[in-house]
Amino acid sequence: MTLGSVPPKFKVTIDRDECMDCGRCIENCSYGVYRREGDRILIESRKCTACLRCVSMCPRDAITLTEKPVDYRSHPLWTREAREDIINQARSGKIILSGMGNARDLPVIYDRLLLDACQVTNPSIDPLREPMELRTYIGKKPSKLKFRKTESGDVELDTKLAPNLKLDTPIMIGHMSFGAISLNSQLSMAKAVAETGTFMGTGEGGLHKELYPYQDHMIVQVASGRFGVNIDYLERGAAIEIKIGQGAKPGIGGHLPGEKVNEEVSKTRMIPLGSDAISPAPHHDIYSIEDLVQLIRSLKEATEWKKPVFVKIAAVHNVAPIAAGIARSSADAVVIDGFRGGTGAAPKVFRDHVGIPIEAAIASVDQKLRDQGVRNEISIIASGGIRSSADLAKSIALGADAVYVGTAALVALGCRVCGNCYRNLCPWGIATQRPDLVSRLDPEAGAAQVSNLIHGWTLELSELMGAAGINSIESLRGNRDRLRGYMLDEGMLKILDVLPAGA
Amino acid sequence: MCGIIGFIDRTKSRMDGSSIKAALSLMNERGSGDGAGYAAYGIYPEYADYYALHVFFDNLAEPKKKVDELLQQWGEIVHQEEIPTTPQPGIRKVHTPWRYFFKPSGDLMAGRMDSEKDVVTYIVMEVNANVKGATIFSSGKNMGVFKASGWPEDVANFYRIENYKGYIWLAHNRYPTNSPGWWGGAHPFNLLNWSVVHNGEITSYGTNQRYVEGYGYKCTLFTDTEVVAYLFDLLGRQHELPHEMVVRALAPPFWDDIDRMPEKEAELNKAVRLTYGSALMNGPFAIVVGTDDGIVGFTDRIKLRPLVVGENGSKLYISSEEAAIRVLDPEVKNIYTPRAGEPIIGRFIE
Repeated sequence: MTLGSVPPKFKVTIDRDECMDCGRCIENCSYGVYRREGDRILIESRKCTACLRCVSMCPRDAITLTEKPVDYRSHPLWTREAREDIINQARSGKIILSGMGNARDLPVIYDRLLLDACQVTNPSIDPLREPMELRTYIGKKPSKLKFRKTESGDVELDTKLAPNLKLDTPIMIGHMSFGAISLNSQLSMAKAVAETGTFMGTGEGGLHKELYPYQDHMIVQVASGRFGVNIDYLERGAAIEIKIGQGAKPGIGGHLPGEKVNEEVSKTRMIPLGSDAISPAPHHDIYSIEDLVQLIRSLKEATEWKKPVFVKIAAVHNVAPIAAGIARSSADAVVIDGFRGGTGAAPKVFRDHVGIPIEAAIASVDQKLRDQGVRNEISIIASGGIRSSADLAKSIALGADAVYVGTAALVALGCRVCGNCYRNLCPWGIATQRPDLVSRLDPEAGAAQVSNLIHGWTLELSELMGAAGINSIESLRGNRDRLRGYMLDEGMLKILDVLPAGA
Repeated sequence: MCGIIGFIDRTKSRMDGSSIKAALSLMNERGSGDGAGYAAYGIYPEYADYYALHVFFDNLAEPKKKVDELLQQWGEIVHQEEIPTTPQPGIRKVHTPWRYFFKPSGDLMAGRMDSEKDVVTYIVMEVNANVKGATIFSSGKNMGVFKASGWPEDVANFYRIENYKGYIWLAHNRYPTNSPGWWGGAHPFNLLNWSVVHNGEITSYGTNQRYVEGYGYKCTLFTDTEVVAYLFDLLGRQHELPHEMVVRALAPPFWDDIDRMPEKEAELNKAVRLTYGSALMNGPFAIVVGTDDGIVGFTDRIKLRPLVVGENGSKLYISSEEAAIRVLDPEVKNIYTPRAGEPIIGRFIE
């Protein structure tokens, strides 16, 4: 071997004075970092992914994990990552895979947007004492209402509303399929969304029968692989989402490795046991907007026009006109997934280099829909890298109706964003189908954690709105006046339609 | 702060502006001398069929030429003159107030629902956004707005307000905190026959502004109140909602209340919130709006600004303060404070 190996990224050490030799680190590490030899626990740091399972489970806090300093000659252009990717590809000749979201050190626009608060002339509102309305309806709205007067002189509504999803809080959990993540993860999140009055996506993995009790809170996905899609599946969902693209990997399909396709996954997805589940890059019946319209209408027809149909696209350069096309296509909501969106597995080059930030995408989509006079008729759901209630509030102020969170919900379940989801070895029982690992995640405890997160963000959003003198989410939506840009260039401020700080 | 007054005589019996001036001046504690204004309906009976365009000109050369040209392009100027004023020590005259009586040519926007009004709206937006040195601050029929930077009595004396007789009066005493104290920023704000006086701040302004701009309105006067006039025009004129429903859209009941309503009523209120969520106004406000067929007063949903109503026969008064109503009409009966968000509507008796 002429290339040799690359240096390990992490250094794991055990404080031998503290260690009581219980072996929990060995049991917990699915990546095989620890092994016992004689009376000693040996460490193979090279295998470590920094999932932190061992650190969390060590009863004596004896384990230390550090990022290992670079062993290469430092170089501003030829970074460690650049060199290691080349070495790995020179060895394998393959595409480099990665999990989770974009890992490049790019500026985060959310962090350069600042929210407003009232002082003196305009009272801030105390959500503990005054009503604060976060209820959001996702779906088609009429552009205007028609009323008629009855013989008795009463005013009656003459417009019929289309079906909408009622959200108690504008936070939903995005689509992560059974297969990519475990059933216990899905169960945890399903219980949490039912408890908090919101919704989650099934992903393109079908709907496992254990999720049926929560089906009123599930948005079923129809992606290019059509895994698990039949009339029963469509009828069970509260809404249907057509996935065209995904923020982590715009323009490519999905790939669930065969080792993750166990019996349950195979039944739920309706594919052979152990077979790779490959979603094509395009839907093979959608090559134009007309085709998309047909699919939307077919899905609506199949479900008797009782369910909203969403269309999810990745945030790409031309996202605004694409979304405008979707808005005119009978879709009830458009989901925009930004370039920081997570994934179970994506070619690293896509994850890190394709797409645009969600902040810019929301702003330009909202503006384009307004320019075309259809903004009020369709909902915008934003996703891809939303980390906190502040990101949520800023997304809504930029023009989103609601957000999908993915990684944040997984972190609430224990995920430490180690980025190895595609290996079926997730030691937290989240992105794996291995029964011994899956059993580590207790759906009850997981549900409490996710539900706590949603509650916490909801309270924080209420406080942020109250501070801005706003008591209804409708008045935050698209309210760019409540944002100021800090250290953003003029071009970006223009796209966001936000004034600079101090203006 | 800010002090507001609305008055209507439902029999269209006209009242001159002297008592409105006195009532508004009573609330000088609510102002800062940075702006006051009056709107009066029924003041131009001899030109009742024409749109009275009140314009601030920075000078009567270039900007006026452009406005004249635009008006001639879109219709006929029936009469024009400088609005008569009397210099006041408390007012620095920074604009020349001018009025045109204008007949738009509806044919030029054929096919529109209400082409004459659409022409006038277009002209107002075009001048205010694109003609430097000119601001159209009033554009209704048989009505007019008179406003400037100054204290209420100075502004009234400047415009000789006591010489006008109207059956609807709106007046406003301004204490600006979020925008400059300039003539165009004084209230009332007007478009066609919608005029708005407002005490408060609209925290949903960014949302409301983006909403109305989607329908071609241009917010150019640097003040949140401007958007209220456009919301009324959009919902009341273009969408043909009854006044009650416009108020329902701007200050709707809370979801908890909607949930407790009978099914039909709940469905109606839900439809209003879903359809007009972007028109919902947040923040503290008390507003009186003048319209073609009466006045409408309402406050924000948690009543962060005061509003008092008084009645006396055919007369209805809405104001920030009871004392101001009593100055207008010492004999006033039935004084009460409406509930948050509840519309107070005074219509002409047919």
